[in-house]
Amino acid sequence: MLDWLAGLGRQGVQLTHALGRSGLFLFQALAGLPRSREAFTLWLNQVYSVGVLSLIIILVSGLFIGMVLGLQGYTILVDFGAQQALGQMVALSLTRELAPVVAALLFAGRAGSALTAEIGLMKATEQLASLEMIGVDPLRRIVAPRLFAGFFALPVLTIIFTCVGIGGGWLVGVDWLGVDAGAFWSNMQASVSFSHDVLNGVIKSWVFAFVVTWIAVYQGYDLVPTSEGISRATTRTVVYSSLAVLGLDFVLTALMFSNL
Amino acid sequence: MQDDWIQVDDLYFNRGSKVIFSGINLKLRKGKITALLGPSGTGKTTLLHLLGGQLQPIRGSVKVFGKEVPKLSRNALFKLRSRMGVLFQSGALFTDMSVFDNVAFPLRVHTPLPESMIQDLVLIKLEAVGLRGARDLMPIELSGGMARRVALARAIALDPELLMYDEPFAGQDPISMGVLVQLVKRLNKTLGLTSVIVSHDLAETLSIADYAYILAGGKIIAEGTPAELEASQQENVRQFIGGLPDGPVAFNYPSASFADDLFAKKEVDHA
Repeated sequence: MLDWLAGLGRQGVQLTHALGRSGLFLFQALAGLPRSREAFTLWLNQVYSVGVLSLIIILVSGLFIGMVLGLQGYTILVDFGAQQALGQMVALSLTRELAPVVAALLFAGRAGSALTAEIGLMKATEQLASLEMIGVDPLRRIVAPRLFAGFFALPVLTIIFTCVGIGGGWLVGVDWLGVDAGAFWSNMQASVSFSHDVLNGVIKSWVFAFVVTWIAVYQGYDLVPTSEGISRATTRTVVYSSLAVLGLDFVLTALMFSNL
Repeated sequence: MQDDWIQVDDLYFNRGSKVIFSGINLKLRKGKITALLGPSGTGKTTLLHLLGGQLQPIRGSVKVFGKEVPKLSRNALFKLRSRMGVLFQSGALFTDMSVFDNVAFPLRVHTPLPESMIQDLVLIKLEAVGLRGARDLMPIELSGGMARRVALARAIALDPELLMYDEPFAGQDPISMGVLVQLVKRLNKTLGLTSVIVSHDLAETLSIADYAYILAGGKIIAEGTPAELEASQQENVRQFIGGLPDGPVAFNYPSASFADDLFAKKEVDHA
């Protein structure tokens, strides 16, 4: 019993220690953001790496999720003769929930794991130590551009996901199942509010971007520099990010959309 | 005072429960090559990390260029490091940059020099290590020895005052090793550097060192010029210099007796 308590206490101390370290790490990286043309180039390179290279998976997933939504929505709505509301259903599902959450989960799997592995390998091959000894702070040079690229890229990817998803819903609903195109678009326009739905969706995706990118770069920077350490950290990035996204989604939904 | 501008006093450092240093003292003299020798696992590389401020000692003083390294702020530490160069054991080249860009990197981040001048300086540094012709290669295309020479060119790019070599001769073929030994000596002389070499390649290191320390068991067990160490009658120094398996410096990691371990294994099997 005492051993169990001691183990629990030890884990609590380790968790607090890790949280403190990651908070300090985030603060130093954010405070160390360089403000120069070179820093902009570094940031742009990372936007390409985490954003542009994630486009394919976002486009394909967005399209299929939109198509599934269109099909399922039609099957349910047609029983009530309300298939004209398909556009509204697809757009609200995507802007409020599916696009921010699914894009963040895909981002964690594609870009988050790549960030962890890249920074981890730099640590294992002493490139981070080498930067330090050249007098260049790796938090500024390596971590900060990646953090800010993630903060920027995921909300943009989420907007793209939403648009492609709506396109997928239109393809199935209007083009295939014969829902009236005018009704599809006008119902969507009438029911989707920019400030309530679109903006809240973007805020959600920005919060997810912050958390996922923070977890990914911290896991890479803090890992044990061995092949097993890199593998474990990459797994941790995906697991922690996914759990954080799903948990935060509930909290944010409760804050934004519930009228309790 | 000026001669001992890098000084370590009463230094203590642990890794977990393992004691790495328990009260070591050393001085690096300006313009000289100092060797840190000792068996594997005695903390030679750790000492370089302590000099560079990448690790914090538990107790004691680490002064580099007269500044107390463990007490420096993060910014002051990075400023100090721009006066140092380190040759890492693996080379630690940036894998996303060519040989040229690796060597140019410190110049680009620390100086306002125009690109044409940076190009000239990089070519001079690469010529010094015999790799001017390899400037367009990527690190993955280099052999281990070439990577280390590129890393050396990068380490001297800013003309540092202190250059630290971590096992520069390990795993080199005889020609590369000979070239590197001469290169280290020539660079030290022509650039007026202060050099620290961490190594267990005794013959090569002692052939160019002005002064050497031998580390073992968390302490400095001997120091002196190469000639003094080679003439030493101290038992552990004789064992290390002569490469003898038996002596006060243990080859085996501390453990219970072999017989105890074997019988313990059998008891487990029977159980």
